[in-house]
Amino acid sequence: MIEFRSVRKQYDDGTVAVQELSLTVPAGTVTVLVGPSGCGKTTLLRMVNRMIEPSSGAVLLDGGDVRDSEPARLRRGIGYVIQQAGLFPHRTVRDNVATVPRLFGHGRREARRRAEGLLERVGLPSEIGKRYPAQLSGGQQQRVGVARALAADPPVLLMDEPFSAVDPVVREGLQDELLRLQGELGKTVLFVTHDIDEAVKLGENVAVLRQGGYLAQYAPPEQLLAEPADDFVTSFVGRDRGYRRLSFVDSSGLRAGSVDTVRIGDTSADVPSQAGWVLVLDTHDRPRGWLPPEATIHGQLTEDQLIAGGSLHTGGAPLRGALDAALSSPSGLGVVVDEDGVYLGVVTARQVLEILESGRHPAVSEGAFR
Amino acid sequence: MIDELVRYLSSPSNREVLLEQLGQHVYLALVPLIAGVSLALPLGRLAQRVRWLRGALLGTAGVVYTIPSLAVFVLLPGIIGTGYTSPVNIVIALTLYTTALLVRPVVDALESVPTHVTVAATAMGYRPHRRFLAVELPLAVPALTSAVRVASVSNISLVSVGALVGSGGLGRLFMVGFERPDLVQIPVGIVLTVLLALLVDLLLVVGWRSLTPWERAGRAVIGS
Repeated sequence: MIEFRSVRKQYDDGTVAVQELSLTVPAGTVTVLVGPSGCGKTTLLRMVNRMIEPSSGAVLLDGGDVRDSEPARLRRGIGYVIQQAGLFPHRTVRDNVATVPRLFGHGRREARRRAEGLLERVGLPSEIGKRYPAQLSGGQQQRVGVARALAADPPVLLMDEPFSAVDPVVREGLQDELLRLQGELGKTVLFVTHDIDEAVKLGENVAVLRQGGYLAQYAPPEQLLAEPADDFVTSFVGRDRGYRRLSFVDSSGLRAGSVDTVRIGDTSADVPSQAGWVLVLDTHDRPRGWLPPEATIHGQLTEDQLIAGGSLHTGGAPLRGALDAALSSPSGLGVVVDEDGVYLGVVTARQVLEILESGRHPAVSEGAFR
Repeated sequence: MIDELVRYLSSPSNREVLLEQLGQHVYLALVPLIAGVSLALPLGRLAQRVRWLRGALLGTAGVVYTIPSLAVFVLLPGIIGTGYTSPVNIVIALTLYTTALLVRPVVDALESVPTHVTVAATAMGYRPHRRFLAVELPLAVPALTSAVRVASVSNISLVSVGALVGSGGLGRLFMVGFERPDLVQIPVGIVLTVLLALLVDLLLVVGWRSLTPWERAGRAVIGS
């Protein structure tokens, strides 16, 4: 558990980075500090490992004041992941990961062996260990950064905008990976970002900070979206918070309907009545696109005759995906698939709204706010 | 000219003198190079970390380097009480020059180390000295090498000037060549000085490449 007790940071030139701020980060959870630049989120993070000392107040780590520990020793017991990964360019990936075990005095061989295990843990092949950081992609470097932070098995992990320098697709993969890892490891994670979507996705609790170092709201993400505390939080979480809140609503009450389907390679004889939209599947029953009503097919049905489909909703995932699938589909029918991408059925936006109206769904999933 | 060269080089005593002066030249150029690098590193680090010292250190370094070498060779014995022809004068003077030449590149090289790397090192629990030796210094090597190469060439040529005040080294060949006159010694001196400079430069490049395998790895095909 990390506890900020009335911490305040004022620099010599008079600027205040953090106002008297108290915050408790529960053990074993991901807590996100989010806010615009200049809100003091990185300052707060660095108070935990004493890279910044508060002007007043105290930071407690599992009940003990961090000032009672010598900084270098304290830091070796706290994982830290930085933007751009901060890998050492002159050391191989393996030796980067082995850094903290080496600082703890472990032998090179043991530290490297451990490093290779960690690389696999974060989803990297162990042969990557012999390369230098410059030979990896941005996403791979970030994974190495996470592996390095985990190398000494610290109970606490500080992450300072770790994924903000990679492109959106890679970022999403890294976020999913972090959630998967956290499911296995159950660390106490304090995560800094300026991206509210990232905060809402990763955080069990989210602290929204305002310029000048004020805590605007501290709540589980679903509560943040449903009941923003003030105008600042409202504008910061964005206009479509009602829509984004659907990320926390269970879709199990949604009953998928059916639609006519054909397969790639079928001829016009196989195509049904053509009165409405027809969903086109591949040979593994995965959706490929749509045929509009009254479409004529010459010879065999090929991909280039299709209208591209919308996003796909994986059955059982939150309601947001179902609504998006319906809204983005050219037919207005959202395609539901299973985890392997196999077609299950279709849903309409109206069905999603009906579920919301009926209120039969559990309001929001139970948060971890304590 | 060729005949004179062959005659000069065929004399065993001449060759012995040549070898001895070459050895002295190497000594007088390289000892200050090593001493200068050893001094410039801590001074550069100091200038990088202590803001108010930086201006003073870099300013002094700039001034020192502009003092004519011959003047230093002549004045130094009076200041430190060594004999006029003592090689110590040359070693000290060139150490000063090397240090003065290298302080700024050391600061620049240390500052070229990306902040996210040094922050990450601190956050992982490196104490300042170990961080300097294990992270900042190795990463500063590429930027430092070019400055050290300049300093080595500069030293090798300045040692020749020392011959004017009676020190050893290949500069003696120019002095003797003029005095006698035995002009063939002058091209021999020039060629040997240039060859020495090239050889030392080559060794520095080899050393630099062996210290920085990661630099070339960075240029290899990404994701291969």
